[in-house]
Amino acid sequence: MAAAIRQPGWYRGAIGLVLGAAFGFFLVVGLRLLSGLDAMQTEQTGYPQVIVPLITAPFGFLFGFGAFDYWFRWAAGKPTIPEDHSGHGATRWQDYFKFNTDHKVIGTQYVVTTLFFFLIGGLLALLMRAELAQPGAQIVAANTFNGLFSTHAVVMIFLFIIPVFAGLANYVLPLMIGAPDMAFPRLNALSFWLLPIAGIIFLASFLAPGGSFDAGWTGYAPLSTGAPLGQSFFNIGVQFAGASSIATALNFLVTIITMRAPGMNIWRMPLLVWANLSTSLLVVGATPFVAGAQFMVFFDRILGMNFFNFLEGGDVVSYQHIFWFYSHPAVYIMMLPGFGIISEIISTHARKPVFGYRLMALALIGIVVLSYSVWAHHMFVAGMFSWLRVPIMITTLLIAVPTGIKVFSWLGTLFYGKIHTYSTAMLFALAFIVTFTIGGISGVQLGMIPLDIHVSDTYFVVAHIHFVLFGGSVFTIFAGIYHWFPKMTGRMYDERLGRIHFWGTVIGTWMAFVPMHWVGMDGMPRRVADYASQYGDWNLLISVSAFVLGAVQLVFLYNMIVSWRFGPKAGNNPWRANSIEWHVSSPPPVFNFDEIPRVVGGPYEYGTPGARHVIMGGEESADVPEPKPTTVTAPS
Amino acid sequence: MTRLPIFKMVLAVIVVGLIQSVVLLQFNWFGQEASTAAKPIDTMMDVTIVLSSFIFAIVCVALGYALYKWRAKPGDESDGLPIHGNTKLEVIWTLIPVMIVLGLGGYSWAVLNDIEKTKADAIHVNAYAQQFAWTFGYPESGNKWSEGEIHVPVDRQIIFDLRAQDVIHSFWVPEWRMKKDAVPGLETDVVVTPNREGTFQLVCAELCGLGHTTMRAKVVVESQAEYDKWVAGLKSEVPEDLLLTPDQYIEKQKQLEEQSSGIEDSGVIETNKPNEQD
Repeated sequence: MAAAIRQPGWYRGAIGLVLGAAFGFFLVVGLRLLSGLDAMQTEQTGYPQVIVPLITAPFGFLFGFGAFDYWFRWAAGKPTIPEDHSGHGATRWQDYFKFNTDHKVIGTQYVVTTLFFFLIGGLLALLMRAELAQPGAQIVAANTFNGLFSTHAVVMIFLFIIPVFAGLANYVLPLMIGAPDMAFPRLNALSFWLLPIAGIIFLASFLAPGGSFDAGWTGYAPLSTGAPLGQSFFNIGVQFAGASSIATALNFLVTIITMRAPGMNIWRMPLLVWANLSTSLLVVGATPFVAGAQFMVFFDRILGMNFFNFLEGGDVVSYQHIFWFYSHPAVYIMMLPGFGIISEIISTHARKPVFGYRLMALALIGIVVLSYSVWAHHMFVAGMFSWLRVPIMITTLLIAVPTGIKVFSWLGTLFYGKIHTYSTAMLFALAFIVTFTIGGISGVQLGMIPLDIHVSDTYFVVAHIHFVLFGGSVFTIFAGIYHWFPKMTGRMYDERLGRIHFWGTVIGTWMAFVPMHWVGMDGMPRRVADYASQYGDWNLLISVSAFVLGAVQLVFLYNMIVSWRFGPKAGNNPWRANSIEWHVSSPPPVFNFDEIPRVVGGPYEYGTPGARHVIMGGEESADVPEPKPTTVTAPS
Repeated sequence: MTRLPIFKMVLAVIVVGLIQSVVLLQFNWFGQEASTAAKPIDTMMDVTIVLSSFIFAIVCVALGYALYKWRAKPGDESDGLPIHGNTKLEVIWTLIPVMIVLGLGGYSWAVLNDIEKTKADAIHVNAYAQQFAWTFGYPESGNKWSEGEIHVPVDRQIIFDLRAQDVIHSFWVPEWRMKKDAVPGLETDVVVTPNREGTFQLVCAELCGLGHTTMRAKVVVESQAEYDKWVAGLKSEVPEDLLLTPDQYIEKQKQLEEQSSGIEDSGVIETNKPNEQD
């Protein structure tokens, strides 16, 4: 037992958690008593005796769990424990609950954890839809309702969409570029473990006096600066989720830039790698802004600072500028990795090179650059300087162009291909193109100021973001999970159940989110617990469809869990794909490659006889002729 | 490589796009039009609907044709043609969207200038927002005050000067199509020319707390004569506090604080009084 407590792990983690919480608590109480204040402070924007432990307890847990052991030893000049690779790989399910430094284990941890939060976020949405099925108040009180849509959005954004992409890429990307692991495996593991902490903090806010944070996921000041305690949980949770995101992005950047296999120049990188490179550039640049914005609100709340207090010279609108300077790029953080996934899947299943590969890569970079210049389109009616509106409108409309390039290029990839639709992954990829186009179109409409003046803050906006984030991002996530499931588990999922899930999801998405456009345009504002009875029928349809959409996700879960355990063996390369991860066993060996592979061609060399993307270690390179560069022009 | 049936595909796009446009244009998406801004905004919506219908038709026809024509037969393990791209095509589908969106941008700009243009004879009405109610002042009629109900004359341009007392609210009458946030500490305004008599609802469109859902007010648009009579009949005047500009308001709050506390503001918000025994 004593040894178990000294070893990094759950026992030591639990002790660290308690010690961390106690440290924070007694620090606050002690300092308050020393200053001659009451030990406890229960102003709703205060509660330092709760807030400080909320920050120190997670760090205590992480110290105990072993996240910092190696670094501390090294920093203290002590001999570091030689890496025996016991923290690598997983042979039992328990290994997934360790501070594991294997990118494949971390990838799986990410995907499973985020799917768990996807379910939580979905349940919150269904509670909301149950309330909204009929006009009038039925199920939840107004403050609970405001808490529901706020936590729904926060859980879905910070704990599902953003990190699930990090998880998929964590698993696939090092394999794809022929690297043995991520550049910083310990940082990688730390990034993952910050995530459940953020999730627990967000959800724990339901237990706070005054209920969970309820100022929307946008948390606009001054509503948020005066909100009950739960809002501070949001401010702190975002710091953990944001730190996780930034550390992962740095890791991806260094990995992609320095650890590509010999021969993989940037024009031989698969588009998934390009997509994660672009996403990481956005994350490291933009995420500090949301962290900053939430710190400012936090300081306004508990330290009595006046960043957003107009009575003391604070500027209310500046919150929105700082917040959206992250949160618009965040939309692309939630979309670009999906673009990468779609490119991989469509090319593989259409048996054709991605059409216009270089322009596809450049379009990603174009989106990165432009997305830093469009934030204020969320603020056309917010009372900001009116001169800023037109320039921002122009950049907003222009960002549709690189996005359009991607859609047209995917369609171009299908032409003259051999399109296989037996895989659920491909079905989701094809449906994504159509559904995402709708989200793109309503995005252009929202970018046009006169239309935006009418529909901003209505259900039209709700419809738009759900078409982009559900019809867009979530479809690509499903596609990605189905596509790499055989690689990650070594087993095949059930395509029949996959099809049920696919059709249920597509129909549910359209039935639930299309009518939202209509009620929004007709005058139903967003974030309301009740509405005029004229919108009753459409809302009932939306609610029923939402429940169908929720129910069909259970099929997905069943399929994933049962196939992981009992599915037929998948083999190394069930999709006959080209990229490197498909040239290793399923699941891949602990250290990925015995010998680093050599990249000799582009990633999508379908249809060119003899063309190779990669020569794996152990293959006789003499067997492999250097491919002739082939360029066939499309018919005019 | 077989030639594409370009002509048939273009025809299909036109047919699908037309059907979609015609169907979608049958609906009055934004509801009743009750201000001069409504017409150009609704027309703009129709323009984007037609444009979008054709763009969506291009995507659907291309996808449908590809699936119809090049779907692999079961067991077919061959690859597609190794086409890596087509510069001409890629330039086209970059430049044409650029021109479309720039055109839409210019169009929006023109309409925006149009609907926000103020006239010399516009009347000012103040809208005061606080959790969770609207009140209104009529500065040109002796600062008369109405609570939860606003009357405005038809066919006159009205500049609503928006003031928020606590958090951000948003002024929106769906039938007028115009919206603007009321921001604490800022003076914002929204320009509307109602051109239809009737009773409408003012909706708070920005989440403002527990009562956000029910933060509504009645809007009555009537003839000038009826309006004048209604305003003249108002008993109360706008409370002095609401009349202050944000700067004056801040100044006044500061003075109040100094008078009440007598000590300089330490900057720390603390509700619990220090324990004097210690």
